Amino acid sequence: MIKDRALPVLTVVALIIAIWYAGAALLNLQFEYDQAERIGKQVSLSEALPKTMAQERPVLPAPHQVAVEIWQTTAEKSITSKRSLVYHAWITLSATMLGFVFGTVLGIILAVGIIHSRVLDKSLMPWIITSQTIPILAIAPMIIVVLNSIGITGLVPKATISTYLSFFPVAVGMVKGLGSPDAINMDLMRTFNASRAQVFWKLRWPTAVPYLFTSMKIAIAASLVGAIVGELPTGAVAGLGARLLAGSYYGQTVQIWSALIVAAILAGSLVAIVGLVGAWLNRRMGMREA
Amino acid sequence: MSNTVISTKNLDLTFQTADSPVHALSDINLDIEKGEFVSLIGPSGCGKTTLLRVIADLEQPTGGEISVNGMTPEQARLARAYGYVFQAAALYPWRTIEQNIALPLEVMGISKAEQKKRIEQNLALVDLTGFEKKHPWQLSGGMQQRASIARALAVEPDMLLMDEPFGALDEIVRDHLNEQLNKLWHRTQKTVVFVTHSIPEAVYLSTKIVVMSPRPGKIYDIIDCDLGDERPLEIRESAKFLKIAHRVREGLKAGHAYD
Ligand SMILES: Nc1ncnc2c1ncn2[C@@H]1O[C@H](COP(=O)(O)OP(=O)(O)OP(=O)(O)O)[C@@H](O)[C@H]1O
Ligand SMILES: [Mg+2]
Repeated sequence: MIKDRALPVLTVVALIIAIWYAGAALLNLQFEYDQAERIGKQVSLSEALPKTMAQERPVLPAPHQVAVEIWQTTAEKSITSKRSLVYHAWITLSATMLGFVFGTVLGIILAVGIIHSRVLDKSLMPWIITSQTIPILAIAPMIIVVLNSIGITGLVPKATISTYLSFFPVAVGMVKGLGSPDAINMDLMRTFNASRAQVFWKLRWPTAVPYLFTSMKIAIAASLVGAIVGELPTGAVAGLGARLLAGSYYGQTVQIWSALIVAAILAGSLVAIVGLVGAWLNRRMGMREA
Repeated sequence: MSNTVISTKNLDLTFQTADSPVHALSDINLDIEKGEFVSLIGPSGCGKTTLLRVIADLEQPTGGEISVNGMTPEQARLARAYGYVFQAAALYPWRTIEQNIALPLEVMGISKAEQKKRIEQNLALVDLTGFEKKHPWQLSGGMQQRASIARALAVEPDMLLMDEPFGALDEIVRDHLNEQLNKLWHRTQKTVVFVTHSIPEAVYLSTKIVVMSPRPGKIYDIIDCDLGDERPLEIRESAKFLKIAHRVREGLKAGHAYD
């Protein structure tokens, strides 16, 4: 299984890196020509090309530059250092996790309400959908400022934005999941004269578990985005968002890209962990592998 | 006091669908006595499932009267008067076989010890001892259907409503299950309402065969089937059996030609 998957994945990774190198060369070349012109020299392509891979503030840093930067800011720094990406990732991760947990719980509660009450379905669903049409970049600063003004700072405002983004997929997924038992299975419960609570715990909930994990995968990635966005408007001093912001202030493209790559790795790992937990639970419930 | 457990009078049911209303049951008059084994037989779409579902309070009639155990179907359902076996096994895939059989018992709040006893008993009854810990998908279709019968029996209802429980099974398995169902009925004296497409199955199992015809679904003929209580499979070659089967077939043919 893993072997079968490794080859295509590695091929794609190799392809992306190749395109990335080509892009870096293309985008950074102009700078080398300008530089040469300024001191009145002609520079050939073969001379300029290697230099495009080693600029200090390239338009697009080369993969190995980013790799070196990541290595230096993770492995070679104490994780308590303000220059350590592990430290910044941890700050963002804690807000992500807090927001994700709240978002998941909120999403489940909303879905349970919507499934059991027509009134809630009619009144809540439009608002839930509307909430996601508002650009997060527009409301993130407001949430942060409002919460700051009432003395709530640090982790919670960022987690609030994560919650805002992550409750949605869970609510939608669970409305679908909790409503998905076959008619025949619902009829069966009816012949047993089962209560609503019994129908919920013995039928709706187990049926919805796969839907829950699918939507949690989306929710945890959205949470991370939320936490990073939450770090932008206040000019936070720590977190991956802060690194992005600081990087762009000082034109440190290598730093920006390092933070981006770390964020992507983090998102991928979180999604993979949720997926693994879901698969494990599925097996534990005795379901056949899909 | 009469022994009638199910009684319908001018029962009528029309489904309101998006395009045109479907007259699924029309003027159904049927009395079922305690301990009877009644088969509903008829072409596809003649309302067999619908009638069974009305008895089970899974469908609401639009006209006429029906009583189950002298109560409304709803009261009977709330009193858990019947066990229902669906056309599909409807086992929950995340539950093992024993957990599936425990499901109605959990809902009823029956003690763990009693649950265990009934699981054991009823699995033995349908020849599934040893499969307690298996999940439904690890069992063949016939075994799954037997498990679903064990689940209905575990409730220990006086009445069994069965909707083509053996429809999807091969002939040999079907024969075997028919024989077991006959023994079970004979031993427990339960009232059974049984939907089937198979004439031999209906004649072999029933004390009364209700032949239905479609569009609108109505009762064409009610045939008594007095072959005794205990019935070996060989009875199917007897002259009496064949005579009844012939009458059922004639009824089905006439019902078809009717529209
Ligand atoms: N929920 C429903 N809504 C609308 N029409 C329905 C519904 N259930 C059944 N019908 C219609 O009622 C008629 C009787 O259906 P029913 O399922 O009772 O037939 P049946 O005799 O059990 O057939 P089969 O042998 O194929 O199982 C059919 O015409 C069917 O299309
Ligand atoms: Mg049917």
